[in-house]
Amino acid sequence: MSATMPGQERGRLAQLVDWIDARFPMTRFIKEHASEYYAPKNFNFWYYFGSLALVVLVLQIVTGIFLTMNYKPSAAEAFASVEYIMRDVDWGWLIRYMHSTGASAFFIVVYLHMFRGLMYGSYKNPRELVWIFGMLIYLCLMAEAFFGYLLPWGNMSYWGAQVIVSLFGAIPGIGEGLVEWIRGDYYISDITLNRFFALHVVALPLALVFLVIAHILALHEVGSNNPDGVEIKKLKGPDGHPVDGIPFHPFYTVKDLVGVIVFAMLFSLVLFFAPEMGGYFLEHANFDPANALQTPEHIAPVWYFTPFYAILRAVPNKLLGVVLMGVAVVSFFFLPWLDKAKVKSIRYRGWLFRSFLTAFAISFVALGYLGLQPPTPAYTMAARLFTAVYFAYFLLMPWYTRIDQTRPVPERVTYEAH
Amino acid sequence: MTSEVDKVDGGRRHFLLVATTVTGIAGAAMTAVPFLASWKPSARAQALGAPVEQDISKLEAGAMVKVNWRGQAIFIVRRSPEMMKQLEDPALADRLRDPKSEQSDQPQYAKNETRSLKPDVLVLVGVCTHLGCAPLSRFQPQDAQLGADWPGGFYCPCHGSKFDLAGRVFKDVPAPLNLRVPPYRFVNDGVVQIGVDTEKA
Repeated sequence: MSATMPGQERGRLAQLVDWIDARFPMTRFIKEHASEYYAPKNFNFWYYFGSLALVVLVLQIVTGIFLTMNYKPSAAEAFASVEYIMRDVDWGWLIRYMHSTGASAFFIVVYLHMFRGLMYGSYKNPRELVWIFGMLIYLCLMAEAFFGYLLPWGNMSYWGAQVIVSLFGAIPGIGEGLVEWIRGDYYISDITLNRFFALHVVALPLALVFLVIAHILALHEVGSNNPDGVEIKKLKGPDGHPVDGIPFHPFYTVKDLVGVIVFAMLFSLVLFFAPEMGGYFLEHANFDPANALQTPEHIAPVWYFTPFYAILRAVPNKLLGVVLMGVAVVSFFFLPWLDKAKVKSIRYRGWLFRSFLTAFAISFVALGYLGLQPPTPAYTMAARLFTAVYFAYFLLMPWYTRIDQTRPVPERVTYEAH
Repeated sequence: MTSEVDKVDGGRRHFLLVATTVTGIAGAAMTAVPFLASWKPSARAQALGAPVEQDISKLEAGAMVKVNWRGQAIFIVRRSPEMMKQLEDPALADRLRDPKSEQSDQPQYAKNETRSLKPDVLVLVGVCTHLGCAPLSRFQPQDAQLGADWPGGFYCPCHGSKFDLAGRVFKDVPAPLNLRVPPYRFVNDGVVQIGVDTEKA
């Protein structure tokens, strides 16, 4: 109930709020998830990326809606409709660039967000479900990006779709039939384009929104982790709130707003001065229309898929390569159970964990780079090496997290007032 | 340290809140501009909506040609001397709802007795001002269906609205206004351009 002075009639606004609250949990919701949601007070730089991911999701949905107003999802008209948006629709070029820059920004933000989880043990008990929802979001995001990439119907769109869809052909027995079923045709055609359009514009955005809501609800149920890995709910003050906690609103709403503004500045720099990012955000081959008879000289998926692409190419067996690539993605799901340490945060872990995590991060970036290069013998050798490091992080984790020399975790979070 | 944290500078906080909110609203407005502006007719729509030329040098007296401009049917009629005579009938004005075209939509140069730049060439938007059907031409006076006193003009088949040979609406019909006259000009005597206004002489 809104506070009132004793003896005063409740103001009009307060009465309206009461009327709504009697019929809809508005104030309760705001309290539970913002003004009385106590989050650890020691959030650092790595804690910006969750709210940034939400911002980019909204950005993609809004710009996506406006692109759909002028885009034509047919093989005959798609490419031209993108050029129409770029040249003839007022401010169309800006909306298009916001969407393409946003797609890459989404993955940068999400990868950093995930890395925070790896560093601070955010996936560990009791946050396993937060992590699983997050990984499901990541899978949907990859599918969303893949379907979206076919829509401009450029030559890289076409051949990228061709390659990825034919991956499913590697599955023994049902492979060929499955590929034909996905395509809806004997080749990547207008039919494929139209269904990918439906999936990209409606189905996956809906799935993403529901999964994000589930992800945040699961988080709020157990409370946020923090850079020290200390469970703040263990120490509550006389008012019943965690002594190391601060209400999300106004402290983190305001702090995250600053994060959004800095993000917007960097985003705008790219948006206005380098939206193609040298061919990494908007690939050169995609400025040519799809040509079924001419594969681009240099096929590579968009940069955010290249780590997994490098793993696929490193394996000299079609089926095994696909399987290993899939395992590389799916391995993340198991982290809550692979990690046997009692300690959450890297701050209190030993040198084994720090080394493996560092090696993993380096191999992820290295594989990403290698996925962009032509598969020369030297590069393939390097990709195999880094693939081994990548999997070692997961496969050896039950061992090295158990024997690792951890430091005692403090009762209270480490925090410098400033 | 804690005692300092407990004191809140209310004035400073208020200023910061207001300043941030105002800047935020300005930012939101600026961000909204490209999205809202993208709804304006695109360059392609404007090109397709460009003025349309029609050669009427071969248009015979009493004949009509239809032109598509911005998705609308434009009627161009070469009125014959007989049709001009019908317009001069003083009894006609009493049967019309808006004989002086005070309420209807036409350019300044069409706000006259003949509702046209040149007396014999009539240019109208062929859209009935009732609910938008395309009226039919019924230029012959004394029509069997429309009555012995029919002076010639346009008849809308949807709900029976009638217009005279200058596109002015009759009194006892559903349509409220005279047929619209689009902006137009004569490129030369034989070519009329729809969609662009005549420059003032």
